[in-house]
Amino acid sequence: MATSIKKLPEIEQVLSGNGACGGCPATMALRMVGKALGPNAIMLLTPACSVASMGMTPKLGYNWPCINITFASAGSSASGISHALEIMQEKGRIEGELPTVFSWVGDGGTYDIGFQALSAAAERNENIIHFCYNNEAYSNTGVQRSGATPRGTFTTTTPTGKRQPKKNMAHMMLEHNIPYVATATVAYPADLYDKVVKAKSIKGMKYIEILAPCYLGWQFDMPDTVQLSRMAVRSGAWLLWEAENGKISFSNPTAHFINGKKTPDQVNEYLMRQGRFSRLLQGPDAKERIAEIQGDVDREIAFMRERAKITI
Amino acid sequence: MKTAQVMMATGANAAALAVKSARVDVVPGYPITPQTSIMEAVAAMVENGELHARFIPVEGEHSVLAAAVAASAAGARVFTATSANGLLYMHEVLHMASGGRLPVVLCNVNRGIFAPWTLWADHQDSFSQRDTGWIQYHCSSNQEVFNTILQAFRVAEQINIPIMVNFDGFAISHCLMPLTVPAQEDIDRFLPPHQPEWRLDPNHPSSFSNVTMASEYAPFRQMLSDDIMAAIPLVKQAAQEYKDCTGMWDGDSIETYRLDDAEVVAFAVNSMAAELKLSVDILREQGIKAGLLRPRLYVPFPTEDIIQALPENAQVMVLDRNYNFGHPGGILAAELKSVLFGRRNDVIVKNRVMGIGGIDLTRRFMAEQILEMMDDKKGLL
Repeated sequence: MATSIKKLPEIEQVLSGNGACGGCPATMALRMVGKALGPNAIMLLTPACSVASMGMTPKLGYNWPCINITFASAGSSASGISHALEIMQEKGRIEGELPTVFSWVGDGGTYDIGFQALSAAAERNENIIHFCYNNEAYSNTGVQRSGATPRGTFTTTTPTGKRQPKKNMAHMMLEHNIPYVATATVAYPADLYDKVVKAKSIKGMKYIEILAPCYLGWQFDMPDTVQLSRMAVRSGAWLLWEAENGKISFSNPTAHFINGKKTPDQVNEYLMRQGRFSRLLQGPDAKERIAEIQGDVDREIAFMRERAKITI
Repeated sequence: MKTAQVMMATGANAAALAVKSARVDVVPGYPITPQTSIMEAVAAMVENGELHARFIPVEGEHSVLAAAVAASAAGARVFTATSANGLLYMHEVLHMASGGRLPVVLCNVNRGIFAPWTLWADHQDSFSQRDTGWIQYHCSSNQEVFNTILQAFRVAEQINIPIMVNFDGFAISHCLMPLTVPAQEDIDRFLPPHQPEWRLDPNHPSSFSNVTMASEYAPFRQMLSDDIMAAIPLVKQAAQEYKDCTGMWDGDSIETYRLDDAEVVAFAVNSMAAELKLSVDILREQGIKAGLLRPRLYVPFPTEDIIQALPENAQVMVLDRNYNFGHPGGILAAELKSVLFGRRNDVIVKNRVMGIGGIDLTRRFMAEQILEMMDDKKGLL
């Protein structure tokens, strides 16, 4: 049973007065992460929206020690901090409970330029949490395609729609045999909170990916962030799952789609609410293109349903 | 001074033993010839408990330095090593380390740069990183490698600037020479534990290397530039106090040999400068008043010490093991001429490039080169 949203801790690690857009899903998600991790943590950021919104030197909108690192380096830099803290504790130079080391990185810093270092950190089973807030594009630089951009999406570098499907990054992290992998999104804050609390309690590599509908990149109305997040889940375009030591379980409503109790909404309605799809789905080939995207969604559900059956 | 241990060691082993003596906390590493032997030795020392540290075997040099700077920001004493293309792959993070004021010490085992591939020493790799904001030492013997790593930690941590300790692949890294390892007690007296002024600490939330406007960015860069220039007195102090603690001396910002009355001065760095002492002896035997000036520091360039040390009306023969593309000759000659201009108009600077890709530089060959350069009007660039 998920924690009730009414019972979440009152602590706020995301301070008021930061530079995020209204309705920013990354900031909403980070607020939940703050409630779950508390203040005893060290945050790493690669160039991304959350750097642009954290406030400029000397101001800081997040109540953690925050280090900005090179774009490709979340996995390796977080490893460096984790090892430094442990050895300094062993040598008696720092005392008390060691801080949680976590990276707060976009899809570019996770799927693309940061993939190598992240994969290696996972293979070494470093004691860190890597969060990917996934807005499915390089939003901070004005919305360019990334490896997380789904097929059919308009971005400034895919002006007629991306032709390739996105990677299944969370699944790839699972195949690194790490102790914890989870997906989440802002419409299900208690689900996210619980997953972060669990990740914090596990030693070793943890990966949590949060779908972050970005009004600017996705082209919907600013107040509709949560609604788009919910539609992504209800259509099966985003699946909510976690895997502890390789055993996959699904949160509702994804669980219902996996076990066949319910059918996901057609992806069409979700797509048409977003300018990044709808402006490309007007032409004579609209039917085929929607069918392609629906095919990608159906494939992921089918794949994860079968993958979850492997429990050894 | 306590009893020191004397042994035979390669340059790579000397580096690894210095890492142990410096009581380093974290060593990220990735193999590349000819540096690999350092990482192998460090990994073995960590594994068998000789060195209480963490070795992080990351997946590439960009990650090596990314892990190193982050560990340093967390408050650890951090060492790593690389060569040639590994150093180039680190280029972006070299800037982050200096701009972020993180006192990492890195050994670069000099090797020529791809393409085409070569495994052997020249100085294109370290010299091409001149403008990354790192202090750079260049060492000419195994003992100096050991001594310099300890001095580098001390200087780096005093002024929060990372330091690169360079020495030649194979000629130093893989050759056995006698090595004196001072008693740990003497080293501890010289190099106190790392106590950073700040570190990533949840009790003091603050941002690090965050976005700045020009009004903050420009002063940060100016401070870095000023502090690198201010390192020379600290380098000298470290060399002197290291001598007081251990009895060993490799020069401070420069090393000189038979320079006082010299009319012909050989000017070079690294292992070829050690060999050049013998070339100087050969030339002296032939009645030529030869001497050697070896910059031990490349960044900051030891301008005042060089200007002061060069004898009047000297012919300075700069032997460069690198190319200064777009200019005739090598990088070291250009550096030297830029600091002499308008201040030592009595001095003549001549320059030759040699030893590229590990071509052997013997005492006789270099003595002959210097003789030719003395007559060579074309060498006067």
